[in-house]
Amino acid sequence: MLTHAVRSGRKSAAVAIGAAVTSVVLAACGSGSSKPVATGRSAGGSLAGQSITLYSGQHEQTVQALVKDFEAKSGVKVNVRSGDEAELANQILTEGKASPADVFFAENPPALTTLEEKGLLAKVDPGTLSAVPASDSSAGGDWVGVSARSAVFAYNTSAVQASQLPTSVKDLAGPAWKGKLGIAPSETDFSPIVTRMIKAVGADATKTWLQGLKANGKVYASNEDLISAINKGEVAGGVVDHYYWYRMRDEVGTGAVHSALASFTAGDPGAMVDVSGIGVLSSSRHQAAAQAFLAYLVSQPGQQIIATSQSYEYPLLPGVTAAKLDKPLSAAGALVPATDLGDGKQALDLLQSVGLLS
Amino acid sequence: MSQPAVPTRALPRSVLRAMNPATLRRRASGAPFVLPVVAAAVAIVVCCPLVFVVMQAGQSGWDSVRQLLGRPLVTTLLWHTLELTVTVTAATLLVGFCAAFLTQRTDIPGRRVFTVLLAMPLAVPEFVHGYCWVSLFPSVQGFWGAVLVMTTSLYPLVFLPVAATLRGSDAATEEVARSLGHSRWRVLWRVTLPQTRPALAGGALLVSLYLLGEYGAFAMVRYTTFATAIYTQFETSFDTVSASVLALVLIVLAVLVIGAEAGAGRRRGRVVREGAAARPADPLPLGRGRIPALVGLAAVVGTTLGVPVYALGYWLAKGNSSTLPSASIWSATATTAGYALVTAAVATAAAVPVALLAWRHPGHASEGIVRLAYLTRALPGIAVALAVVFFAIRYAQPWYQQPPMLVAGYVVLFFPLALTAVRASLAHVPHGVEDVARSLGRRRLAVLVRVTLPLIGPGLAASFAMVALTASTELTATLLLHPTGTETLATRFWSYTTGLAYGAAAPYAAMMTLLSVPAVVLLTRRTLGPARSLKEEA
Repeated sequence: MLTHAVRSGRKSAAVAIGAAVTSVVLAACGSGSSKPVATGRSAGGSLAGQSITLYSGQHEQTVQALVKDFEAKSGVKVNVRSGDEAELANQILTEGKASPADVFFAENPPALTTLEEKGLLAKVDPGTLSAVPASDSSAGGDWVGVSARSAVFAYNTSAVQASQLPTSVKDLAGPAWKGKLGIAPSETDFSPIVTRMIKAVGADATKTWLQGLKANGKVYASNEDLISAINKGEVAGGVVDHYYWYRMRDEVGTGAVHSALASFTAGDPGAMVDVSGIGVLSSSRHQAAAQAFLAYLVSQPGQQIIATSQSYEYPLLPGVTAAKLDKPLSAAGALVPATDLGDGKQALDLLQSVGLLS
Repeated sequence: MSQPAVPTRALPRSVLRAMNPATLRRRASGAPFVLPVVAAAVAIVVCCPLVFVVMQAGQSGWDSVRQLLGRPLVTTLLWHTLELTVTVTAATLLVGFCAAFLTQRTDIPGRRVFTVLLAMPLAVPEFVHGYCWVSLFPSVQGFWGAVLVMTTSLYPLVFLPVAATLRGSDAATEEVARSLGHSRWRVLWRVTLPQTRPALAGGALLVSLYLLGEYGAFAMVRYTTFATAIYTQFETSFDTVSASVLALVLIVLAVLVIGAEAGAGRRRGRVVREGAAARPADPLPLGRGRIPALVGLAAVVGTTLGVPVYALGYWLAKGNSSTLPSASIWSATATTAGYALVTAAVATAAAVPVALLAWRHPGHASEGIVRLAYLTRALPGIAVALAVVFFAIRYAQPWYQQPPMLVAGYVVLFFPLALTAVRASLAHVPHGVEDVARSLGRRRLAVLVRVTLPLIGPGLAASFAMVALTASTELTATLLLHPTGTETLATRFWSYTTGLAYGAAAPYAAMMTLLSVPAVVLLTRRTLGPARSLKEEA
C-alpha cells in the first residue's frame, strides 16, 4: 500500500516538475519556494518545505485528516481555507490570476467546470487522472474526481411504508406526494438531478416535472435542513445525497433516527452518483506541490482516509471500499460522467423559470 | 457650506472670518479642510462595494437585464422584501420605543436589569436566533416566522438609541407641556415621542437596510426575499454580473429608505437645552398599569432571550458529535475578540469625521456622504465581501487575506452602525458649543478633544460596543476575508452546522453569545449612564 503511494507520488511529482519548470520560465518569476522544485528533481522529498494554499468546500474534518497525512508524507505544508464551495468559487473568480489559492477542492462538478470554462484550472497530471475511472474526472483533464456521493430518497419511517416508496424520482411530482415532499433546490447537489432529467426526458417534460415538485413540496434552504425535517416528520421524504443522512444520524444518535434511505430503481434519473473533485489553479506558483496533493488524494492512503471518515463519501480508487456505508458504490446507482453534468446552466434556467430558484 | 444658524453672533462672525485673508491663508494651510477630506476618504472606502456592484452590473446588456427582472420569482421576491421590511421595521419601532419608555421613564421595578436584558438579543447572532427558533418550533416559518425572528433579533437597534435619548433628554420640556394642561398621553405623543425622532429614525433606518440585505436568517425560516435571488445568482450560477444587476435594485430600495429617514429624522428644529445641565425626568408612576407593563417586558425578554438560551442549552446537552478539537475554541475566541475590538475602534474613529461634517455643515454635500455610507448596508454580505476581495487583490495585494483586510471588510460592513450611534449623540449637542469654545481661544483640535468628543462620549461607546458585537458574529464576509488558517467562532460554528454537527457547534454559539455579554453591558451602561451635562464638561 505504502509503496504504491510513494511510487505514484514520485511519478506525479516528476510529471509536475516539468509543468512547474515551464511555468516558472513562462512567468519569469521564480518565487523562492519554487526553486527547490527545479533543483531537486530526482528526490521524492524535493517538495518538502514548500507550502500550498487549499480552498476547500469539502467536509472539514475529512480534509483535515487528509491534509495531516499528506503533510507528514510529503513535507509540504497545506494552508487550508475552508468555506462554502460556491463562495470559494466566486472568490477565485473575483481574484482571477492573482488568487492566492493553489488548489480548489469542490463538492460538486459545476463549480469546477465553471472555473475550467474560464481557463482558471491547470491540467491535472495524467498519472493522477488515471488512478480513478476516467468518467469521474473532467473530460478536459482540468480536475480529478476524488470521492462520490449518491442521490437517495430519504423518508420518515413513520410517515412512509416501504410499499409506498417511489421507484422513480419522476413519481415525486405525482399527486401521492402532494404536501409530503421536501426539496432543497438551491443546493448545488440538486441541479445535477435536474440535468439528468433533461438528458432523460427532455427540457419540456423536465419543466412539467419541476412544476409538479414545486406544487408538492416544501422548499428548504439546505440539505441539512431538509434531512432534519424528514427525520422529525415535518415532511415525509425528499431527495438528498446519502451522506447527509449518515451525518445527521451521528448528530442525533441512533435512538433519535426516525428515517431511512431508499434508492430509486437503477437507470432512473434520480439513481445517480456524482463526484467531488479537485483542481489545481493555473495561476498557482506551486504547481508541483499542488499536483502532488492531488496525486495523494487518489492514492491508497488518501482514499482509505476518505473511506473511513465522517464525511461518509465513497472512495473512487478501485479496491478501496467505504467501510461505514450500508451499500457499496456499485449498488448506489449509475455514476454520471462529470461531463454530462456540465456547468448545470440549463438546469438552473429551468429551476428559475418555474420559480423554484430565483 | 452653510453655517448652522444658532448663536446670534455666529453668523456675522463666521462671515467675517471667511472673508478674512488670514482665515483664507489658514484654510489653505489645511485645518478646516481636514475634516471634509478625511470624511470623503472614509466615504470612498466605505462605498467600494457600491462601486463594485455598479461596475459589474455595467457589464450586463439591456436584454439580459430585462430577462433577469422579468423572471417569475423576481416580482414576488421584491414584494416579499418590501412587505417584510415595512412590517418588521414597524414592529421593532413599537417594541423598541415601548421598552425604552418603560425602562427609562417609568417606575417599573427592575429597570436596570430589564435594560440590560432587553439589549441582550444583540449578543445572539441572527443565524443563531433563526436556528434556535426553527429547531424548537418548526412551525416558525414563512412570512410571520421571518417577522418574529427578525423583530426579536433587531429591536435592540431601536431600543438602545431611543433609551439613550430618553435618558439623556431634559425633563423641562415635558414639565412645561404638563403645566400647560396637556395630559400624560398627549405629552408622550407631542413632546416625548418627537424628542426621540432622530433615534427612532436612525434605528428604523438600520433595521430596514439590514432587512433588505439579510439572507441567512430568512433561509432558516424558509422565507425568500430579493436577497435570496442575489445569492442564487452568486452561489448556483457563479454569475457576478446578474447578481450585481439584482443588487442594484436593492440599492434603489435603499435610496428610498434613506430618503424616508432623512425626512423623518430631521423635521424642523430639535429641542436642545443650552447653557445648563439637562435634568432627568422623574419616573412616571405606572400605578395599575404596572402589572401589564411588567408582563409585557417579561414576555419580550422571554421570547427574545429565553428561546436562544434554551435552544443553546438543549444543543449543549443533546449534541452527540465528539470529533470536536476542543483546544481550538480558545484560540477562536481570542481571534474573534481581537478582531471585534480592533474593528470597533477603527469603525468608530472613521464614523466621527463623517458624522461631525454632517453636523457642523448640514448641506447637500455632507448629507450625500452620510447617505452613501448607509447604502452599503443594504447589500447582501457576499456582495460586500466580494467587493473587498476585488479591490484588495488589485490595489492592496500584500494585505490580501491578512488581518488588516478583514478589519477593513468589517469596517465597510458595520460603518453604518457606528455612524448612527455617533450621529444620534451629536444631535443632542447644541450647535454653538464649538464656536463658544473656539472663541475662548482653543484650537480646533483642542476643541474637538476637550469639548466635542467628551460630549458625544456615550455615542462613541455605543458605536464601539455595537460594532464589536456585530463584528464578533459576522460570517459571510469572514469566510471570504479571514487570513487562511485563522478561525473565528462564527466560522467554526458554520463548519460544524454545515457538517450537521449541532452538538459540536453549540459551544461556539454559546461562546459567541457569552463573549458579547460584556459588550452589551458596556453598551447599556455607557449609553444609558447618568445624563451628561454641559456643566460637567465645560
